[in-house]
Amino acid sequence: MSSKSSAAANGQALWAKVPKANAELFALTYGALVMEVVSDSDGNVDEINEQLEKIGYSIGIRSVDEFLAKSNSPYCKNLEETANVLGKTAFKMFLGINCDVQIYNPPTSFSLILHDNPLSLFVELPDNYKDTLQYTILYCGVIRGALEMLNYKVECTLIKSTLRGDDVDEIKVDLKNILQDGAGEDYQEE
Amino acid sequence: MFLHLFIVNKSGGLIHHRSLSSKAPKLGTNEWLRIGSTFHSLYAIANEASPVKLPGNKKNGADDGIEEIQADGMTLNCFQTRTGLKFVITAEPNTTAAVDLGQILREIYMLYTDCCLKDPFYELEMPIRCELFTQGVENLIQKYSRIR
Repeated sequence: MSSKSSAAANGQALWAKVPKANAELFALTYGALVMEVVSDSDGNVDEINEQLEKIGYSIGIRSVDEFLAKSNSPYCKNLEETANVLGKTAFKMFLGINCDVQIYNPPTSFSLILHDNPLSLFVELPDNYKDTLQYTILYCGVIRGALEMLNYKVECTLIKSTLRGDDVDEIKVDLKNILQDGAGEDYQEE
Repeated sequence: MFLHLFIVNKSGGLIHHRSLSSKAPKLGTNEWLRIGSTFHSLYAIANEASPVKLPGNKKNGADDGIEEIQADGMTLNCFQTRTGLKFVITAEPNTTAAVDLGQILREIYMLYTDCCLKDPFYELEMPIRCELFTQGVENLIQKYSRIR
């Protein structure tokens, strides 16, 4: 079985097991959170985006352990496998949604394409925020936090958003470098 | 009979330890702190000494730390998560015939993710003081003690 389909099957099985929350409650809670951040930041959009990303990061560094404890996913040998596990298994397990994974060449970046987005269920961005506010930037923070705990330094950007008129949501993940465990450079020998 | 459980964070600090039976050696928290960080170092040495770590022989994600130590008087089992946390349990040698210590550690890991990580007031890498977690481990140990 290819890594893609086994990751998807695993995601399906995990989604069946985890406790579910009401999707509307989830979307409304996030909406309230965003509005709180908006009013705290006096409408400074860069600050709003940054705060939302930070909140996601704090979620990511915690939820990665839950994912690893419950999913029993095998070690990923390359970024493509990581991308599949992230998109097919993790997103399914936590959000119950299917996303498409697109690997770029050279394989140091990939995209997750979300056909439905539980965070933006009822959202219509007003004109003054339409092009600047990244409403679902939370995902980027979550991915960055989760992969950082696994020694992957990544950069995440929302490159498409249904709230801005695109037909899908797309998150692009760029691998910056892989941190090494163990002894530091000073102790390395040839 | 299970003896002791301890959890070491990724920088070698002891974040939780508890005795699981009256037979466990009576050691103070300072001793356990020392044991935890010593074990952390030994684990790292074992990992570095493994041949798959030789240059040009890189097997990504290979983990060759200490998984098990067996002695006449006790057996130790260690499970390291991919985020670098170590769960270690010691037990009397005959325990392993009835129960899989690795399985218990993975269940404790699940309890940790559910009870500690989801508590917003729990700070990562800091000592665990979650009532739910303690209670969960208690129930788990009792469940497995009945099996034998």
